[in-house]
Amino acid sequence: MQWGSVAEFLAMGGYGLYVWPSFGVAALCMGGEILAVWRRHAAALESHHDES
Amino acid sequence: MSATGINWFKYSSPQAFYPLAGRMILWFAALAVGLIAVGLYVGFFIAPTDVTQGDAYRIIFVHVPAAWMSMFLYVIMAIWAGVGLGLNARLSFMMAQAIAPTGAMFTFLALFTGSMWGKPTWGAWWVWDARLTSELILLFQYIGIMLLRSSIDDLRRADRASAVLALVGVINVPIIYFSVRWWNTLHQGASVTITAAPTMAGTMVTAMLVMMLGFWMYSFAVTLARLRCVIVERERQPSWGKPASIPDVAEAR
Repeated sequence: MQWGSVAEFLAMGGYGLYVWPSFGVAALCMGGEILAVWRRHAAALESHHDES
Repeated sequence: MSATGINWFKYSSPQAFYPLAGRMILWFAALAVGLIAVGLYVGFFIAPTDVTQGDAYRIIFVHVPAAWMSMFLYVIMAIWAGVGLGLNARLSFMMAQAIAPTGAMFTFLALFTGSMWGKPTWGAWWVWDARLTSELILLFQYIGIMLLRSSIDDLRRADRASAVLALVGVINVPIIYFSVRWWNTLHQGASVTITAAPTMAGTMVTAMLVMMLGFWMYSFAVTLARLRCVIVERERQPSWGKPASIPDVAEAR
């Protein structure tokens, strides 16, 4: 491992501003998709029960 | 089929596939979490800093898997669309329908992370390079297929129209893949991932491939979960005839 400290890790050799948004947005997109599918499933089951 | 005593055709029925998909999601989700955790660990703590690109290269661990998934998912969606058209199998159309948003999401991620990588290494967020342009077109294709589907009220016609559009558009996938060879582009070639692997540290390749597998498992889990939504939603369509069966299946689990 080449990181001496947490600050060094976050700095990413000066590229932190590019590296972290890449991974952050990926996490947000994937997490958001999971949440959206979760809600869609709950809503679909809900309206199904309402009708029947 | 007869050897196992299982009638696999049973699972071509949405009602029968619904509970099976529910069990598969758990396994794929667990594998996705594990693989992505290992991939991130190897990518950030074991893989060394790149000599020429510094630590900016670490974007590769999300960029390349996302870009590959954007193309793989398109091909898989087109295959299901083709199977649906050929066999008139509604579950196949539902599969295609469930894959499109995830494919679009990965296409967006590939473009976004590529932009984040382009700025420090090329000095530009975006260039009209063949690889970037064809990937942007892929995003528009996904959006177009979803819009076309939602714009047609008749489900069977929506299935068929979006399937045809998906099949026609599959021509763009080899164009994206070979764009770096066919045109003299700014985007680096596939050499980064495969042929030049020896020049990349082994741990870099390992981290990328593990992330790749993790994204595959994520895609399986999330598209199966969306497929279950689609099954429930479409099951209550009047044209389907049996609106009460899915909650029964869901509650029986």
